[in-house]
Amino acid sequence: MEQKTNEYAIRVKGVTKSFKIYYDKGTSLKEKILFRKRSRFSERTVLNDISVDIKKGESIGLVGHNGCGKSTLLKLMTKILYPEKGEIEVNGRVSSLLELGAGFHPDMSGRENIYTNASIFGLSKKEIDSRLDRIIEFSELEEFIDNPVRTYSSGMYMRLAFSVAINVDADVLLIDEILAVGDSNFQAKCFNKLQEIKAKGTTIVIVSHSLNQIENICDRSIWIHDGKVREDGIPVDVHMDYLAFMARQRRINKYGSEEAMIAAEKKEAEEEKKRKEEERRQEELKKRWGSREVEITKIFCGDPDGTECRVFRTGEPILFRIDYKVHTPIRDAVFGIGIFRNDGLNVYGTNTRIERYKKFNIEKDGQFSITLDPYSLLPGRFIVGFSIEYGEGIPVDYWKTAVEIETYSNIPDVGTVRIDHTWEFSDDGVKK
Amino acid sequence: MLKEIYKYREMIYSLVRKDLRGRYKGSVLGFMWTFVNPLLQLLVYNFVFSTILKVQIDKFYLYLFIGLIPWIFFSAALTGGSVSIISQKDLVKKIYFPREVVPISYVTSSFVNMLLSFVVVFAVVIISGVKLSVWGLMCLPAIMLVEYFLCLGIALITSSVTVYFRDLEHILGIVAMAWMYATPICYPESYVPEKYKSLYHLNPMTSIVEAYRAVLYEGTVPKMMTLIESVALGIFFLFIGSFIFRRLNRRFAEEL
Repeated sequence: MEQKTNEYAIRVKGVTKSFKIYYDKGTSLKEKILFRKRSRFSERTVLNDISVDIKKGESIGLVGHNGCGKSTLLKLMTKILYPEKGEIEVNGRVSSLLELGAGFHPDMSGRENIYTNASIFGLSKKEIDSRLDRIIEFSELEEFIDNPVRTYSSGMYMRLAFSVAINVDADVLLIDEILAVGDSNFQAKCFNKLQEIKAKGTTIVIVSHSLNQIENICDRSIWIHDGKVREDGIPVDVHMDYLAFMARQRRINKYGSEEAMIAAEKKEAEEEKKRKEEERRQEELKKRWGSREVEITKIFCGDPDGTECRVFRTGEPILFRIDYKVHTPIRDAVFGIGIFRNDGLNVYGTNTRIERYKKFNIEKDGQFSITLDPYSLLPGRFIVGFSIEYGEGIPVDYWKTAVEIETYSNIPDVGTVRIDHTWEFSDDGVKK
Repeated sequence: MLKEIYKYREMIYSLVRKDLRGRYKGSVLGFMWTFVNPLLQLLVYNFVFSTILKVQIDKFYLYLFIGLIPWIFFSAALTGGSVSIISQKDLVKKIYFPREVVPISYVTSSFVNMLLSFVVVFAVVIISGVKLSVWGLMCLPAIMLVEYFLCLGIALITSSVTVYFRDLEHILGIVAMAWMYATPICYPESYVPEKYKSLYHLNPMTSIVEAYRAVLYEGTVPKMMTLIESVALGIFFLFIGSFIFRRLNRRFAEEL
């Protein structure tokens, strides 16, 4: 039984919390007596019978729109607020990074402020002494640590504050929107420190609007909506639904109502479809263009012995044979080839002009072929294109994505291309 | 509960230090005010009661001074203590720590101030030639401790109630004044009419001031009855204070 309860770092059981919103808050005696009957406030339920279990060592992101109750939930966990219904159980020492630099005194030195600030987290003098060097080192403020804090820039101030908070060594770390500290270098450092803390088995709960941050640090994301858990799971999945929901909310706001939105969406979808078709046509043009006096009609791709094939082993030869049809004869024609990896990298390209072949005058249908021997690309998917041009590079038929091939290899060497090589060793004893 | 406050002892220490250091910051006399202020108060009261009202008491200035210093401590806990939570609003709203830490720190720093004032008190006592009793002096720390607990109890009540009811701060200014005249500081207890006497002894400060005076003015050991009375009242107020504070502190963050 004992084992079972200790498995959890935080248990939130059916918690309800509401705030009184005073329209015109009267706290003085006169107002309390005069307006006792018409104390004007409305009650807003921020959390509504919410239950969350967080296991030890888990890192959780809380997401949701402004005012959804996620920060309230965090404050309940730190015991700054208390629920009116339900129960919250937290096991272990809690450090909350809700406010950085709490209790900092501008006239005291950085060192003295470390003591003040850390003491607010419940550390004893001895505990602070043992952490002092670590804190100063982390803050990168060695030179300034004995200057009064009022001489610090705001970046330095935050760095010092964060360094204290992160070095408390709590069992449960609660963080509210504060990872935007210092320059990007320091941010990376904080981020790494969080990873380190997490690896040590600390339970982390983060409230953030930066979903990226949460995805990077957390294993679980909880989406809170209208005081309840709306979704709970792997961050990427939860965030996708959350973003989709938020986008939809924005659109509903934009169009005024849900019906209006659906109508508008339908129209937009049609426009989108038209635009896509147009794009596709443009895309086709990009892939193949030219004046087409001569047109490529057929491409053979395979082994030099004539077997058609699309999958090759690194080191085997490949033969491409291209048939073309002549509509109008052209002079000074140049044939070319280009090989691209599927991510767009141009792996190789050449043509008959570059290699100083004689110029061709094309008058009737024919074919040209090129053999790659050995074909030395390493495993991957490649797109092979061919071109016919004339004169000073005027395209006649430029087909960038003519054939798609795939490569495999039985040697696990790495990179893009296998470069012919020989090893030599001075030691004869090397076993082959 | 006590364990938790003990865990936060370093916080209490640093709050007290900050308060003592910051109190007279920027003033010319600085920390000297800790001594100058009670002496000036003494001058005023002495002039009014000794010169104008002609109270017939031997070494009236000493009689007055010994009552005044503990009273200044008590009055600080009563009025200053009431705003202690409100003035630490930013901490209370943002960070968890046992809320008792705030009034404890405030009362402790006022207590330290009183201890420092006692340097002056002893100087005056010695100059005036009072023969002190060793047994009496040994009671002194206990009397101070009892007053500390009483003040803490009072500060726990006023600090927590003021969060919900801000007028208390201003009401307490008047209460403190009235309370001072209901305590035998400027006059001896024997002046009080017989029919008010029992009521008069419900004032926890009466027995405490009398105990101080027995030690430092009369040079004797306080009467057993006075000691029992002050210890009982001190503990009672501490108990009531922490009970009320416990009840009210849950909604501090919302009310501030």
